[in-house]
Amino acid sequence: MSNRKFREDDFELRRKHLEHLSDEELKNRFWELADQTVTPLIDLAYKNTTPAIERSVLLRMGFSSLEAKDLVEKVINNGLIGKGAGHVVYRLSQIEKIDIREAGLKLIGNHGWDKVKNSFGVKNHE
Amino acid sequence: MNKNDKLNILEILKDLDKYEPRRRGWAWREPVKNLEMAGNTYSDASKPLKNSIPLPAAKYFDNIDPQPIQVITSEIASGRFEDDIRRMRMAAWHGADHLMVIRTAGQSHYDGLIEGSPQGVGGVPITRKQVRAQRKALDIIEDEVGRPINFHSYVSGVAGPDIAVMFAEEGINGAHQDPQYNVLYRNINMIRSFVDAAESKKIMAWADILQIDGAHNANATAMVAWKVMPELMVQHAINSLFSEKIGMKPGNIALSTVPPTAAPAPDLKINLPYAKALRDFFDKYKMRAQMNTKYMESSTREATVTHVLNMMISKLTSADIQSTITPDEGRNVPWHMYNVEACDTAKQALIGMDGLLEMVDLKKEGYLPNKVRELKERAILFFEELLASGGYFQAVEDGFFIDSGIYPERNYDGISRKINGGIGANTVFERDEDYFAPVTAHFGYNNVFQYGLAADESPAKLIGGSTFEDRNKIQYIDELDEEDNVNVRLETTKKYLNSNLIKPEVEWAGDGILVVDVTLPTSIRYAESAALVIAKKMNLLDAEIIHREVLQNAEATRIQIKGKLDVEIDLNTLVLAKEPDLLSDTEIREYVNNNPMTIIAGTVGEDEHSVGLREIIDIKHGGIEKYGINCIYLGTSVPITKLVDAAIEANADAILMSTIISHDDVHYKNMKKTHEYAVEKGVRDKIIIIAGGTQVTPELAVKNGVDAGFSRGTKGHHVASFLVKKKVEMNEN
Repeated sequence: MSNRKFREDDFELRRKHLEHLSDEELKNRFWELADQTVTPLIDLAYKNTTPAIERSVLLRMGFSSLEAKDLVEKVINNGLIGKGAGHVVYRLSQIEKIDIREAGLKLIGNHGWDKVKNSFGVKNHE
Repeated sequence: MNKNDKLNILEILKDLDKYEPRRRGWAWREPVKNLEMAGNTYSDASKPLKNSIPLPAAKYFDNIDPQPIQVITSEIASGRFEDDIRRMRMAAWHGADHLMVIRTAGQSHYDGLIEGSPQGVGGVPITRKQVRAQRKALDIIEDEVGRPINFHSYVSGVAGPDIAVMFAEEGINGAHQDPQYNVLYRNINMIRSFVDAAESKKIMAWADILQIDGAHNANATAMVAWKVMPELMVQHAINSLFSEKIGMKPGNIALSTVPPTAAPAPDLKINLPYAKALRDFFDKYKMRAQMNTKYMESSTREATVTHVLNMMISKLTSADIQSTITPDEGRNVPWHMYNVEACDTAKQALIGMDGLLEMVDLKKEGYLPNKVRELKERAILFFEELLASGGYFQAVEDGFFIDSGIYPERNYDGISRKINGGIGANTVFERDEDYFAPVTAHFGYNNVFQYGLAADESPAKLIGGSTFEDRNKIQYIDELDEEDNVNVRLETTKKYLNSNLIKPEVEWAGDGILVVDVTLPTSIRYAESAALVIAKKMNLLDAEIIHREVLQNAEATRIQIKGKLDVEIDLNTLVLAKEPDLLSDTEIREYVNNNPMTIIAGTVGEDEHSVGLREIIDIKHGGIEKYGINCIYLGTSVPITKLVDAAIEANADAILMSTIISHDDVHYKNMKKTHEYAVEKGVRDKIIIIAGGTQVTPELAVKNGVDAGFSRGTKGHHVASFLVKKKVEMNEN
């Protein structure tokens, strides 16, 4: 936090470069600045995921909220969150040729993690 | 659904596991150009409802209920969703078509979906069961009123994407979504909030859910509300553009705008330029006009006037959705009747200002455009400094937002949050190169190529469709808590559901709460103490003063007390006042045809009101003239003697006297005088005397010597029917 106590309203001084813009130019300038502000936030969201996003993926794959929460925690603990929680379930269903729900419930029951990790080339941290 | 039947809550709660929403997406009202109703032409109205409750004054206008073009919001959440369902029906009948459910305190910080139906505080826990039950009820209600109802709640907190999925599956139509709300007001980590928001917004876009941002909270939070105007434009821009870049269509992106100040400040001078600046910059998005709550105290009248002024701004600058804040929100969690009052206030004000912009223009020179320009420039300068400081996250950490200075003035008292702090910090994970999610409406990097899909193919194809394609895959959880759920609550209140037992109620079945409005001729402190003693003597439990108003320091104080009255009424034990037994139009006409009838009418006392009496007489209002009764109208402020003398002279069958304003029961005294003067003149047994007026109690009127008294809601038909019956009876004797 800043220790400064107050900054005077220096609007008249600061606005010099805006004074001669037309209303249309002013609007364009506003949205250009908005664009510059928002673009890095979009990039950030594009490249990253969160427990809530992964739970939302599992919900859409047909898991209950309780199952989704449990699965995501286990995916994080197994160091697989970068693959996607839905991906982990999908991968086990592929390996074992079982349906999605069955694969998820197996993982919740602590089965199949090694197979999934092996297939992703991820080592156990123990 | 019969309007005289109550909603069956138990029926609604049945088979929720099998409920399917019948539609998705937001619904706007259907505009009707030049709508004609009762001889009026409306410029900005929408399709009328099949069933509704019109404004009180509508009875003077053939009971029309014109609906404004704006969607009208009502915020309902008492903590018990089962009771809120009944209030939703009340609000819809009064014109609300956007029902917003406020979340219980603390849900923002709950990391996952809440299931079941626990009771909430200041709102309800948003769960799949609650959403299904309320959406199911709204299906019934929207059929009944004849207009789609938008159901709305919040996609925020640390479980935004989870909630967004549930909302998309369950047919929610509108939602608040704005990561800045998480950051500034809920101290949820900012990186987490924006990454989550991208997913939430993508899901909402798929479900065609209308989004409302969270910027209005700045007004309620800021120390000097109107000074945050430049910053608010920045907040609106960040959320709107972020949403659009995710894939939301601009028509589904709404700004939550609040007129930031209120009288005694010069309301329009500050609020109108701000509203105009917003409309200029954000013209491709929708405007949801929120009401000012910052200065709401316990006076419901004051809140109502503030809201009407807010709606004048809505009309002058156009708003797509008109929010309503219940006028009692400053003193309690809103009650049934105040939701209804707020809807009526919106409907009345907006319809009252119909066509405003066809008559007035906003000035293109002078104070207004200068102020608009200034606000826009200040917002641009804010953005410039935000970027110079290192971008949005750094600016939040530096306390740029909710500063009480009008930017670029700064008081350095804004809300500062640490980039790596807050709830959910360090829970954002980078996606690996082979990251994959086999679902629909997923935002961001998704390596579908590794499984042989093309870029335009749905990743959900690999699992045979997600819940968005096949809702049979949704896992429904009914209840998790054996104690805290709707079934347990209903055990205690079900005796009041669809039964003969009633109890006073403001929010929950059987709550017993009522309000006493008492004016005491003393100072405020004595009045408060006295009011509580009065409440005790009235057997009110848990009495509490909810409003105080000084009429004059020494002369009088007005106090409103709420309390609980533990009284149950069994409807079966009640004796109802008789409903008028009316003759048909044809019977009346036939009698008058064969027995011509003349009446003398006038308003007595010092009363210049003539509306009520003219409605009873005039043919164009369906008055008694239409049956062929000869009416001699003497006008207003007619002396009693003149009424009777005129009746004698015209050989009239009856006198119709109207008394609208009453002080000291003068209207009853006038009835008595008329009766006595007619006796004195020896004509009482030949002339029927009828008294009418808004303050007339029929039984008291008869006690005071007249043959019949008619009150509020009387029609010509009632009076004519009485006249004919009385004549027949007189002729028989």
